[in-house]
Amino acid sequence: MNGGAAGPAQSYRIETAGRVSRLVAVIGCVALLGLVLLPLFAGRYMIQDLIFLFYMLALAQCWNLLAGYTGLISVGQQAFVGLGGYLLFGLTLLGGINPLLAIPIAGLVSAALALPTALIVFRLRGAYFAIGTWVVAEVYRLVFAQFKALGGGTGTSLSPSVTSGVPGIEWIKAMLDVRTPAARDIASYWLALALMAATVALVYLILRSRQGLALGAIRDHEDAAAGLGVDIVRIKLVVYVAVAAMTGMIGALIYLQKARISPDAAFSVLDWTAYVIFITVIGGIGTMEGPAIGAIIFYLMQRYLADFGAWYLILLGTLGILVMLLAPKGLWGLVAERYDLTLFPTRRRLVIEAADSKRDARS
Amino acid sequence: MTGWIDALIQGVLLGGLYALFAAGLSLIFGVMRLVNLAHGDLIVLAAFVILVVAERLGLDPFVAVVIALPILFVIGFALQYVLLNRTLGRDLLPPLLVTFGLSIIIQNGLLQIFSADSERLRSGAIETASLPLGGGIAVGVVPLLTLLSAIAVVVMLNLIFYRTPIGRAFRATSDDLEVAQLMGIDHRQIFASAMGLAFVVAAIAALYLGLRANFDPTIGPARLLYAFEAVIIGGLGSFWGTLAGGVILGLAQTIGARIDPEWQILSGHLAFLAVLVMRPRGLFPRALD
Repeated sequence: MNGGAAGPAQSYRIETAGRVSRLVAVIGCVALLGLVLLPLFAGRYMIQDLIFLFYMLALAQCWNLLAGYTGLISVGQQAFVGLGGYLLFGLTLLGGINPLLAIPIAGLVSAALALPTALIVFRLRGAYFAIGTWVVAEVYRLVFAQFKALGGGTGTSLSPSVTSGVPGIEWIKAMLDVRTPAARDIASYWLALALMAATVALVYLILRSRQGLALGAIRDHEDAAAGLGVDIVRIKLVVYVAVAAMTGMIGALIYLQKARISPDAAFSVLDWTAYVIFITVIGGIGTMEGPAIGAIIFYLMQRYLADFGAWYLILLGTLGILVMLLAPKGLWGLVAERYDLTLFPTRRRLVIEAADSKRDARS
Repeated sequence: MTGWIDALIQGVLLGGLYALFAAGLSLIFGVMRLVNLAHGDLIVLAAFVILVVAERLGLDPFVAVVIALPILFVIGFALQYVLLNRTLGRDLLPPLLVTFGLSIIIQNGLLQIFSADSERLRSGAIETASLPLGGGIAVGVVPLLTLLSAIAVVVMLNLIFYRTPIGRAFRATSDDLEVAQLMGIDHRQIFASAMGLAFVVAAIAALYLGLRANFDPTIGPARLLYAFEAVIIGGLGSFWGTLAGGVILGLAQTIGARIDPEWQILSGHLAFLAVLVMRPRGLFPRALD
């Protein structure tokens, strides 16, 4: 800068992690360790509740990456949850593959099917993309309802030999002195925890990478990002396929735990997309903290209000609408704005320091 | 052979129903670029309004719908004026999320009030009446009325859009919102009128939905998908295109059902995806958005 000689020289640096987020990282690691050890103390209901919380959080992180950053507002992610579930059933029941191996295969196949799906739905823009993905999910549901080997329209159950075939169940039984059903839950719990942690870590790493910078730019202003040379279509495609792979694996895990599948449940827009959207929006879309907060709120509502049935869903819909209208950045947005907080340091901040002492020699 | 001709005729008539589902969606998108995810549930809501009016006042559904029309116009106008106008803007998420929330609220509200039981609009002999066409083929009077009503609705919407002051305002806000505002158009009121009109069309669609088959609070989302497919197949921006889209979807479904009854819905979806791959802007596009 030419004018640098007149005023005090300034130095710039880019900062991501602040003091709070470093503290949070430490607390996060301790909490993760605590969650790993939890089955040693916790009862079976709590384990089952937490499995539900983990997979909803993982799904919300996936949807948030898709909609919050690339603007691909999909109402059809149930396509990949159901696909993952059905792949797990097909691979284990018909293919005799161990469920633990079937989960990553389900992820790979989901990614492989996401590519042709993307070629079709990417022809639609904005809101039309949303309904287009929903139509594709319906196609998946109707096609799987035709598979007579997996129970057709009424669905089928996993045989006990499959559900007990997860490696380590015997070990859990011996170590923790529990019966088979409880040991199965604990194995699912660890799998769900691992998958949730992996999803969060993966989303975090993507956002911290060079591509993540591009994603943040697309989120904030797509045209401007394109003007700066971001290859929008390619990045959207990569994110869509990566999210499909993760969603497929989560779906496989969900149905390993449920041990019973039917087309209507596996491809339910309410269970696997509407809830996930509300979690993300109520918590705060376009941040990593938002889905986490939203998942905890949703879990509490589900736990204490789900008995009210239709009224509960009316309340959830109303809450989603109110948040969208009054606080479009979600509950986390309110907190973050007020206290300038970042738990997951995915933002890069420009720190400007007056640095008279180390004045640049050339200026 | 007769079976196939019959399937084609039934497909065209079914297309009339889908065109009625789609006309409201097409209208709303044309005027304010709003994609209403609650559209299917609004049609079901309208069917329940007609049902209540018919049962309470002991009227035939064809008369009850005349009373239901102004009620639904007011609901639509108010919904747009109070809620949906606030969601319109550059960002896509608010209108999508708010209408998605509405869809869930309407579905569960109807479940709470009317339970999950199947309902039907009863209109006596006309429900089963049919006209023989010769050669063993007959067309039902209600399906025929559905198609004729769809054509009438398209003609009426075109007249409103191209021959009336409010239609001029619809087109002006659609073409350039800011200039329209400069010309003294209150776009909030125009949008609310458009939504009211869409609700009127939804009520006409609901009448035939309820006369042709059973309905319950959960069937809305599937109707939204049919409506959406008809709009996209036909191409955005033209009501005649939407009618053609509905007929093509109806044909695809009845032809699929003729091959295997379980394939009816699936073949409709596949026809839509095929059009999307080959002609992404639809078969008869007019608008550029």
